[in-house]
Amino acid sequence: MHALNKHRPLRRIVLASAATVSGTVLLLALKPHTVPTVVTANTRPPAASGSSSPGTASGSRTVTGDTVQTRWGPVQVRVTLRDGRLTDVTAVAYPQDNPRDQEINSYALPRLRSEALQAQSAEIDSVSGATYTSDGYRRSLQSALDSAGL
Amino acid sequence: MGTVFSFDVRGGEPAAVRAALAEAVAGLHRADALFSTYRDDSEVSRLARGELDVPECAAEVAEVLELAAEAERVSQGWFSTRYQGSLDPTGIVKGWAAERAARALAAVAGVRGVSVNGGGDVQMLGAPEPRRPWRVGVADPLRPGGLAAVISAAGTRELAVATSGTAERGAHIVDPRTGRSAVTDLVAVTVVGPRLTFVDCWATAAFAMGSREGLAWLESLPDVEALLITAGDEVRCTGGLAARLG
Repeated sequence: MHALNKHRPLRRIVLASAATVSGTVLLLALKPHTVPTVVTANTRPPAASGSSSPGTASGSRTVTGDTVQTRWGPVQVRVTLRDGRLTDVTAVAYPQDNPRDQEINSYALPRLRSEALQAQSAEIDSVSGATYTSDGYRRSLQSALDSAGL
Repeated sequence: MGTVFSFDVRGGEPAAVRAALAEAVAGLHRADALFSTYRDDSEVSRLARGELDVPECAAEVAEVLELAAEAERVSQGWFSTRYQGSLDPTGIVKGWAAERAARALAAVAGVRGVSVNGGGDVQMLGAPEPRRPWRVGVADPLRPGGLAAVISAAGTRELAVATSGTAERGAHIVDPRTGRSAVTDLVAVTVVGPRLTFVDCWATAAFAMGSREGLAWLESLPDVEALLITAGDEVRCTGGLAARLG
């Protein structure tokens, strides 16, 4: 186990990138699907690319990632950053077309949220064990971090 | 096959790395175009319909089918490239494509470390920093947000980690013997070894086998370690996994 350096700036753990790193992400062709109902928790329309809110007095700011189409529907996340570190990740859009989607997301989204937060604190470079929904989530998360200039 | 690939490349001239990344991305799109069973015009779809023979296909198709045949043989048929009777090498293509991309990037002058994550399966080469190895968290399928383990590539130049499981979307692994969803006591299998192409296949095969047979089989493979998590939240590991934790 390596000593954790708590003051290290945000490393793009789940998303793989850093100052000296060339990172890129792509989405391979998805199986066509019908567009399901999207639950949107924010009033802002889904951004075509990541959008950022101005900093607040507390020094934290939120950034909304791209809407990413997954096989089961669109996924979009918003991150909260404070002093260059990720402090929260929430899903603002996710598939909720049927009871099974709702069941999966009630389980998967909290898991993905803490996975992103934990990855940052565990000093790891990548996470093994993801499938479709989390891929969309990660891609949206990456676009949010890209927009945040991290 | 819809999936996300992310790349982490350390060292090398930025322009050369960018060019290699563009090539790697083009290579992944090409793999999708050749192998996707969702595309009627892919070579694999045409092979499955009997409109093409393997020698008429791109060289990659023969290469992947050969690797898949090896995976099928080593796994005693538990890894299979046939789904509902027709050719479907999807199970090996993602790992193969990610490994190929990682190796191409590692060949760029000055590059000291590459990590490619293809939909949760990771190929690592070299190291990110001179005294720091690549480290990969294994998502805990039963604890939201938790990591079941952290795998370190310390002491090796090549390491891959692949996980198969049902955690998020229910069963998607088919028992090749019955053609139905695999009846298994496992919720996740993570396999660690030098080549992503194979560890990805071994994770799928061991998942379908179940914990008892899967663990015994994985233990018999050279240079392979594994972590199996059962529905009852038991964690079972191969004997040498401890040396890879960190």
